[in-house]
Amino acid sequence: MSRALGPFAAVLGRDLLLAWRGRADVLVTLAFFVVVVCLFPFGVGAEPNQLRAIAPGVLWVAALLSTLLSLHRLFAQDHADGTLEQLLLTPEPTVLWVVAKISAHWIATGLPLVVVAPGLALLFDVEQGALGVLVLSLALGTPILALLGAVGAALTLGLRGGGMLLALLVLPLFVPVLIFGAGAVDAYLSGVGAQAHLLLLGGGLLATLALAPLACAAALRIAVE
Amino acid sequence: MMKDMQKPERSKSIFRFAAPQMFYPLAGKLAPWFAGIAAVLAAAGMWLGFFVAPTDAVQGEVYRVIYIHVAAAWMSMFVYLVMAFWSFVGLVMNTRLSFIMSQALAPTGAMFCFVALWTGALWGKPTWGAYWVWDARLTSQLLLLFLYLGFMALTRAIEDPRRADKAGAIIALVGAVNVPIIYFSVKWWNTLHQGASVSLNKAPSMATTMLTGMLVMALAAWAYTIAVTLWRVRSLILERERHTDWVAAELNALEGKI
Repeated sequence: MSRALGPFAAVLGRDLLLAWRGRADVLVTLAFFVVVVCLFPFGVGAEPNQLRAIAPGVLWVAALLSTLLSLHRLFAQDHADGTLEQLLLTPEPTVLWVVAKISAHWIATGLPLVVVAPGLALLFDVEQGALGVLVLSLALGTPILALLGAVGAALTLGLRGGGMLLALLVLPLFVPVLIFGAGAVDAYLSGVGAQAHLLLLGGGLLATLALAPLACAAALRIAVE
Repeated sequence: MMKDMQKPERSKSIFRFAAPQMFYPLAGKLAPWFAGIAAVLAAAGMWLGFFVAPTDAVQGEVYRVIYIHVAAAWMSMFVYLVMAFWSFVGLVMNTRLSFIMSQALAPTGAMFCFVALWTGALWGKPTWGAYWVWDARLTSQLLLLFLYLGFMALTRAIEDPRRADKAGAIIALVGAVNVPIIYFSVKWWNTLHQGASVSLNKAPSMATTMLTGMLVMALAAWAYTIAVTLWRVRSLILERERHTDWVAAELNALEGKI
């Protein structure tokens, strides 16, 4: 057990430390999220009822876009300086440190979104009872986005125009997460209860946690070959 | 090393066609046949659909777009499955031809996807009153088109063919796992499209001539897909193997004909 956790903890700690050292980059992702959310009232008008109706969707789409923008950083630095190649050459299982890298990435870029989201929801006059559901749906959903996005990031590693390509590859895959994430808050507000949506998000998280790192590890090996 | 590969043993196994050099002439022989079958079936299906089949009691003449719409929609979904299948075979067996197959299929699948969406929009306007509604089947068809575009963009963006092959195969498989998830999530989200008109376990809810016309058109789409894919495989093989002697000989022979 501790033998498996050793490399996992080492990569996780290293990536978190790197994220901390370059915290300006991380804050840009968060600022992007806040700015995108604040743009919507200017576009659709500040009518409170309308804002309340679109709030879950707006927050979720903004979370999705800021995840997308931060994805290219997941492997790019390590690919450029050769760390990735060294990691692939180690006897440790690739899937293990891939999960560690994705976890660190989510803690640095996804978790802040989850923390900030309820504050932004108040700008849209969302009912206070729904804030818990919003936070829970984001906490379950954004790791799925990070895991799926990691596969796309590994496939487009080092390609010209990789950013746009990455968007085209992963955005269609994000759709179910968006549906159930925003749907959870809507279901709570309509009185149906968010349990079904949250359970589906949780199931989706476990399934992607089991499958996406395998695809990601294979994609990394292809990219470095 | 290349010298050894130039004269493959004349094995009787069907797997000898997994070698691009062996498959190239076979594809050249088969493609015109499938193209011919496609033309005949399409003509027959159109004739059945536009002249023989009765007018629909509810929708009038406009329903006749079904003969193109349904065939295209079936084909677009099926082609993605076949693409994922060849990607899987390619990743497991490491056969170059499998990857070439899946890349040759993608443009045709995307084309059928687009045709299904386009004819659906033209059909939707008179029957639903809108070119586009955010209905489960329309939306998942649109997302399928995005998956095709992503696959094509990725395989074209990578210059090294070996990496392009494998990266494309991975995204095709990830997409194939996601297609049912996308379909059901969108279905729970919103639904307006009419239920499936053709089903195996209950009596078909349409006239027999209509059904025949539709199935003939579907077969025409199959034959067309096979023909076009085989031709595309041929040009991909020539491109990939351009450094070999047999391709040089082939191209010289072609030049001689012209």
